[in-house]
Amino acid sequence: MEILYENILAIEWKMVVMWIIGGLLIFLAIKKDMEPTLLLPMGFGAILVNLPHSGAAEVVNRLFDIGIDNGELMPLILFIGIGAMIDFTPLLSNPKYMIFGAAAQFGIFFTLCLASFFGYSLNDAASIAIIGAADGPTSIFVAQVLKSNYLPAIMVAAYSYMALVPIVQPPIIKLCTTKKERLIRMDDTSKPVSRTTKILFPIITTIIVGLVAPDAVALIGFLMFGNLIRECGVLNSLSETAQKVLANLITIFLGITIASRMTAEEFIRLDTIIILCLGLVAFVFDTFGGIMIAKIMNIFLKKKINPMIGAAGISAFPMSSRVVHKMGLAEDNQNFLLMHAVGVNVSGQIASVIAGGLILAIVG
Amino acid sequence: MNFNFSVDNLMNSLPIMGKGMLGIFAVTVVIILVVTVLNKVTSGKKKQ
Repeated sequence: MEILYENILAIEWKMVVMWIIGGLLIFLAIKKDMEPTLLLPMGFGAILVNLPHSGAAEVVNRLFDIGIDNGELMPLILFIGIGAMIDFTPLLSNPKYMIFGAAAQFGIFFTLCLASFFGYSLNDAASIAIIGAADGPTSIFVAQVLKSNYLPAIMVAAYSYMALVPIVQPPIIKLCTTKKERLIRMDDTSKPVSRTTKILFPIITTIIVGLVAPDAVALIGFLMFGNLIRECGVLNSLSETAQKVLANLITIFLGITIASRMTAEEFIRLDTIIILCLGLVAFVFDTFGGIMIAKIMNIFLKKKINPMIGAAGISAFPMSSRVVHKMGLAEDNQNFLLMHAVGVNVSGQIASVIAGGLILAIVG
Repeated sequence: MNFNFSVDNLMNSLPIMGKGMLGIFAVTVVIILVVTVLNKVTSGKKKQ
């Protein structure tokens, strides 16, 4: 009874705030179906590590040391699963879509400048900016390699905004495009892609990125390794395991491991709110960058591009391409942008990893 | 963190933005060229 009394007295208001945050994450995961594999364990973990004298904190911290702190193993292994999930065919069929993916990383570098202006050190500014990669594993990898002091807030922001893409992107897309532009129809121009191309693409891309940004070769390498498993055609069972079981298992552990850094002392501070705001800025300017490059290209092209597809270059796969597709249909129910948007979306996945690598090469 | 709005920091980070965006576009163009060549070279083979 005395212990119970002691523990209840040890509850601080910050802990209660973290329970509410944990509860909110669980609510979003279950009720709103937002990234449930990640937000659910994160939410539960946030409650777990914020109990008075929590004995779980040590266990979860150990998971963090092994899975993230020690070689960023979890994000990298998760990338194998993500690589196995991605079908690059729409991109290989229209390789020019990669331009949109590249332009849609603008938000990362814009936010880096903004965070620097706010007084964050270059390493922290770069780590905060990488939230704009719209790619959880890349954000964790870069922030961890750069030894950022704000890892928990960065991780939460990266995953939360990915889930919030359907809410964040549409108003920006509408603001940056005219109705006439949103009505531009795009024909299906996809060409067949040979199996050889599909197999060689992950290998060659790894070599190119590895030569440009050796620090990031693990990121692109694991992503492309997963894709090679998918495309080689002789490891179908392994590919399915990587896509489903491996990715789900790692995501669950990643979620609860991230929560190890969501202790009240580390999380409840003004910086967390600022980082969440800067993350939003990154997403907004990523979307802006992708749309603007499409508009610029339209000046020179006879066959116009619907600039909305540029917004899908933000990476957040496949939510972003779905958003663009739905917006296209809302404007004109015969305008099917999905395949174009998916092509841009997967190019964004590659471009965000390249951006992470370049940040490590330039800042690290 | 102490708020310390710094124009110097901003000016120092602008070249990083330039290098970063230039780097992404450069790598992207190389990948586009490689994929285009791959598509051309392998287009005669059996399609998937």
